[in-house]
Amino acid sequence: MSVSRDLERYAGLFAARTKVMKSSAMRDLMAITARPEVISLAGGLPDTSTFPPESFAAATRRIAEESCARALQYGPTEGLDETKACIAEAMAAEGMRVDGEDLIVTTGGQQVIDLVTKALIDPGDVVIAEGPTYPGAVPVFSSYEADVVQIDMDSDGMRVDLLETTLDRLEREGRTPKFVYTVPSFQNPAGVTMSAPRRRRLVEVARERELLVLEDNPYGLLRFEGEQPETLYSLDGGLYVMYLGTFSKTLSPGIRLGWVAAPAPVLEKINLGKQAADLCTSTLSQLMVNAYFEQGRWRDYVASLVDLYRGRRDTMLEALADHFPPQAEWTRPSGGLFVWATLPDFIDTTDLLARALRENVAFVPGEAAYLDGRGRSSLRLSFALCDHDEIREGIRRIGEVVTEQVKLYGTLTGEHQAVPRPEPAAEPADGARVLPLPGRADRERRAQRG
Amino acid sequence: MSRVAVLKGGRSLERSVSLRSGARVEDALGRLGHDIVAIDVSTDLMPRLREANPDVAFVAMHGRDGEDGTVQELLEIAGIPYTGSGPAACARATDKVLAKHLMIEAGIPTPPFFAFNETAFGELGAAEALPAIEERLEFPIVVKPASGGSALGIKFARNARDVPAALVAAFSYDSKVLLERHVRGRDLAVSILDGDALPVVEAVPRDEAFYDFEARYEIGRTDFVCPAALSADLAGRCQDLARAVYELLGCRDFARVDLMLGADGEPTVLEANPIPGLTETSLLPQAAEAAGIGFDGLVGRILELALSRQTRSLPA
Repeated sequence: MSVSRDLERYAGLFAARTKVMKSSAMRDLMAITARPEVISLAGGLPDTSTFPPESFAAATRRIAEESCARALQYGPTEGLDETKACIAEAMAAEGMRVDGEDLIVTTGGQQVIDLVTKALIDPGDVVIAEGPTYPGAVPVFSSYEADVVQIDMDSDGMRVDLLETTLDRLEREGRTPKFVYTVPSFQNPAGVTMSAPRRRRLVEVARERELLVLEDNPYGLLRFEGEQPETLYSLDGGLYVMYLGTFSKTLSPGIRLGWVAAPAPVLEKINLGKQAADLCTSTLSQLMVNAYFEQGRWRDYVASLVDLYRGRRDTMLEALADHFPPQAEWTRPSGGLFVWATLPDFIDTTDLLARALRENVAFVPGEAAYLDGRGRSSLRLSFALCDHDEIREGIRRIGEVVTEQVKLYGTLTGEHQAVPRPEPAAEPADGARVLPLPGRADRERRAQRG
Repeated sequence: MSRVAVLKGGRSLERSVSLRSGARVEDALGRLGHDIVAIDVSTDLMPRLREANPDVAFVAMHGRDGEDGTVQELLEIAGIPYTGSGPAACARATDKVLAKHLMIEAGIPTPPFFAFNETAFGELGAAEALPAIEERLEFPIVVKPASGGSALGIKFARNARDVPAALVAAFSYDSKVLLERHVRGRDLAVSILDGDALPVVEAVPRDEAFYDFEARYEIGRTDFVCPAALSADLAGRCQDLARAVYELLGCRDFARVDLMLGADGEPTVLEANPIPGLTETSLLPQAAEAAGIGFDGLVGRILELALSRQTRSLPA
């Protein structure tokens, strides 16, 4: 007699929400990107080697001498008042004003995404995100069983017109989205920034439709050039925009310190969620930030990071122009950590990663930034952590394998891949899934293939 | 008690599975009272082996380097007895094209296929032959890299337009790829332990509508039934085929042979894996358990087989 056996001995015990949809293929591939011989343009890690050790030593010494017992103790769930003052100073540097009572200090910005989703989303509720969106938000939305609708972007960020048509469609379907998740400045992964008119319109849409917006702004201070558009939080005045900030990219991701500013009723729910999650944010980390801000040099450090990353961005863009085939396109970020490149649609970037790893170079395949299977021909490249030589060499190696695949495809189809000419974008009926960033029309490539 | 070096990880695409296999083998060896040295295989493999000076190596690696005979060759040179098949059998089994040619020569049923390397397309104009190949294999066609034991790079071409991109993807993993006729039917696996066939395992997709190649490797998307619901006669034929493939390729100690049971009721062999997974969800441990051999017993048996072999010593 045959016995049906479920090999996953614990599978029956897991909650349904643990079925994260990330493909096992990509998990297997990412497992080998961490090896030392691999030039990794994959991780979104800032370069912490630039942080002055004497600043770190002075801050820790001061904590040990003056507030040892406090540093080792629990703290209030919403965070220390002095840390909130540092946060207000950091937000002021981007033209925002915030009261301490509108803030909760969190364990990294990632916790804000988790707590906001926990507070607002029942299974099946709609979250609106950009397409592509921050890969780290994908498992959060999945774990709360949100139905994520992704809105395409162009070089001016999220297409707010497409957002509106999508909201109309959802309304007709009787579904009300709970919030819009956006990284408006130097978006992860696309590297683009939402224009000022679109920001204004997005805030208007939020008010008209009584829709919350989660503005995730980890990179705002890492601007290499150009004018800084007002944040959604400033434009809105704290009515419908929840603001996510972090010290991860301006000080250190290792201290795990972020924050959220939100309307009082939302903040109260977030506070309850945080109590359940971890009681409070690390007191030691908060005292580190306080001591560091008292040294009064944090702006200088951020300025040095801007110089560093600007140079690396330039190197990456030059290398892309030198080594990527004409069929490839990529964004030109004026800040942040990432470039997003899009290849011809016959190249699957998850498979390409396997090929690239044989050349000891890694990137993030585009499918990680979508919940609906799109993005398979795109890739995210980080210029933050590698030095100039590594960036040049890494891009050269990726360019070589891309060129090889373009050539092979041409041979297989008996066609030469012509350089795509820009065409006016198609007018979408309902834009939620129409335009691939950066605005190249798929039909162009289909036409080439006949 | 023996001093056992457990080789795992490496830089193959199946690294994460291998780390899980290795960790589980270490636990079992620990319970059996052995002294364990875990080695995540890297450029320093040889000095680490010298330093560890083990009595035997347990190779818990999958895919490139670990399963294709490379590490086995190094262990031969180092004079360390090791678990599983030798370099020649590993090389034959890992190369699906070679394995399929050998099967056809030996009269073992395997789906019709054509294999190419990049040179064939780049320099010999093989693209011209694609329409003829497509006609002879009939759609859907499975396109896969010649090596590799996971779902990576395996694509399903439903029509002629799918084929070029599927080939580009497969060539991402190997310089040699094959196009194979897709066999619709039941997905079976027979594990062999020291020449004996274990009960047949069947992979059953939970949701037929969404079944694809990746489903088999996705947690929560496939149930495994062991022993598979087959007549004694049919189960026996599958086991005979698996044993024949094991012997044909020259495998030893253990291996897993994957088969498809076609709609016509005839089993056909897809491939053989010289070092199948040893994780909680892997098929060999499940088949062994169905035969009354627990995981510790399985690991102990495999280790004994390795220890019983004569070692070649290093030339002075």
